[in-house]
Amino acid sequence: MNSITDTAVPADSGSFGGLQARSASEINATSRISVRNLDFFYGDNKALKGINLELPDRQVTGMIGPSGCGKSTLLRVLNRMYSLYPGQRAAGEVIMDGRNILDASVDLNELRAKVGMVFQKPTPFPMTIYENIAFGVRLHEKLSKAEMDDRVEWALTRAAIWGEVKDRLQSSALGLSGGQQQRLCIARTIAVRPEVILFDEPTSALDPISTLKIEELIDELKRDFTICIVTHNMQQAARCADQVAFFYLGELVEVAPAAQMFTAPREKRTQDYITGRFG
Amino acid sequence: MSTATMGAGPLRSAPAKDMAKARALGRRRRLVDSLVRWACIAATLVGLFFLASIMLTLVWRGMAALDLTIFTTEFRPTRFGDDTLPKGGLLHAILGSLVQVAIATAIGTPVGLLVGTYLAEYARNSAMGNAVRFVSDVLLSAPSILIGLFIYQLVVLPMGGFSGIAGALALAIIVIPVVVRTTEDMLQLIPNTLREAVIALGAPKWKMITLVCYKAALSGIVTGILLAVARIAGETAPLLLTSFGNNIASLDLSKAMASLPISIYQQANSGFPDLIEIAWTGALLVTLGVLAINICARLLLRRKI
Repeated sequence: MNSITDTAVPADSGSFGGLQARSASEINATSRISVRNLDFFYGDNKALKGINLELPDRQVTGMIGPSGCGKSTLLRVLNRMYSLYPGQRAAGEVIMDGRNILDASVDLNELRAKVGMVFQKPTPFPMTIYENIAFGVRLHEKLSKAEMDDRVEWALTRAAIWGEVKDRLQSSALGLSGGQQQRLCIARTIAVRPEVILFDEPTSALDPISTLKIEELIDELKRDFTICIVTHNMQQAARCADQVAFFYLGELVEVAPAAQMFTAPREKRTQDYITGRFG
Repeated sequence: MSTATMGAGPLRSAPAKDMAKARALGRRRRLVDSLVRWACIAATLVGLFFLASIMLTLVWRGMAALDLTIFTTEFRPTRFGDDTLPKGGLLHAILGSLVQVAIATAIGTPVGLLVGTYLAEYARNSAMGNAVRFVSDVLLSAPSILIGLFIYQLVVLPMGGFSGIAGALALAIIVIPVVVRTTEDMLQLIPNTLREAVIALGAPKWKMITLVCYKAALSGIVTGILLAVARIAGETAPLLLTSFGNNIASLDLSKAMASLPISIYQQANSGFPDLIEIAWTGALLVTLGVLAINICARLLLRRKI
């Protein structure tokens, strides 16, 4: 395991420093995002019912459950993506940095800079590889050319794709393979230096090798970022997640450390799902 | 085991019984297939024949008068049986067409682009959006003489005469719905996941549209603009009522202005063989121009990012 200081962190990314000094218990104790009594509506259809969930700082929270159970919906509440669509609304509280991000007064662009998202299908922008990374950074920071070069290299390195693209930064991102595109999208998200990264089934469109790379990457990234991943793949949840949340029909049925969830779930419904009896 | 053998009996004999029927069916299908194929090929050949005949006639007659004077000289009067008069050209018409088409594109493109963006990005399912879309589609298929009449009432009468600017405005109105439609179609082809990916980085919507969506749809949008240019380059009817035509090469937008389609119309109707020859050359030039624009549009569409 290379330490955080080995990777090329730009000089001003101080928020990542001092991480290793934290003890495990300290990390366990702090919650990055608290979801409290969250209800969510698509029009009149209630898709989430009274959700309470803590996302521990710098840990991976896996969200599992059958299709339509509300896990992706919850993910899209955490960066207010649902606000794009009139008719969708959330009630309750999602506390981050002492503020309720559901408040109308929240600056959504600022929030989304802090809570990044990686989607199911790779979504490279129709630009060069370099511009794909620089695009998000430019939205929030004014960097010199040299600083931007450093940031791009740093993000691509963190996303474990630098070696594959360093000689063709100026060629189109659309020419990359699916797995490379997805790592590019992760690099693009990291480049903005968010605190939380949301993964919405990030590997369901990828082959097994690419999937493995992304999973290793998530494991590596959790040292710096709080991560929340929605997945349909139970093995993936078991491999990646520290805590796992099981959703069913808009309810959060059970939250537990991954080891406990997959060996000794408290709820019958959880057990039925993870043993493949429904879903 | 027993059910398997029982099931295998009738299954194995089934094809044998229907062999004759299947062969007959196969023959019928092959027959229908070849009938349809030959009908399609015949229809294509008929279409190609007329197209080739038009193109060959156009090239044949158009080449006759095609020389440098066409591009360097404006209209010159002619007289029956008098060879001593210098040959005229189409400079006035080429210049007039370029000026009017350029102004029309410069006015129509931004309006069409913004309306198309409004429809695709802001008013996709709203009543207002549907109304605008409907009006734009009606305008797209409206007879162009109506647009000429509209500008005649709105610009030509108040200004007290035909003018180049009136012609450009009429053409601009034709450009708008074409650009609206292609812009909206091209933007709607962009998957919502791409939009969400931009928004997820913390980009405001206008940056999403201008920096990513336009880029993703660029070749399609430019193609739409080029097709609109090709369309107005050959328009005659709206110009008859607006810029009217002129025999002098002039850049004065407040006066009647020549254009290639109108010059073709006037000279082809003149009855003088040398003017008719020049009209053919004009028709060839318009066709080649439109062809060039269409080829550019196709090349652009094929190009990625």
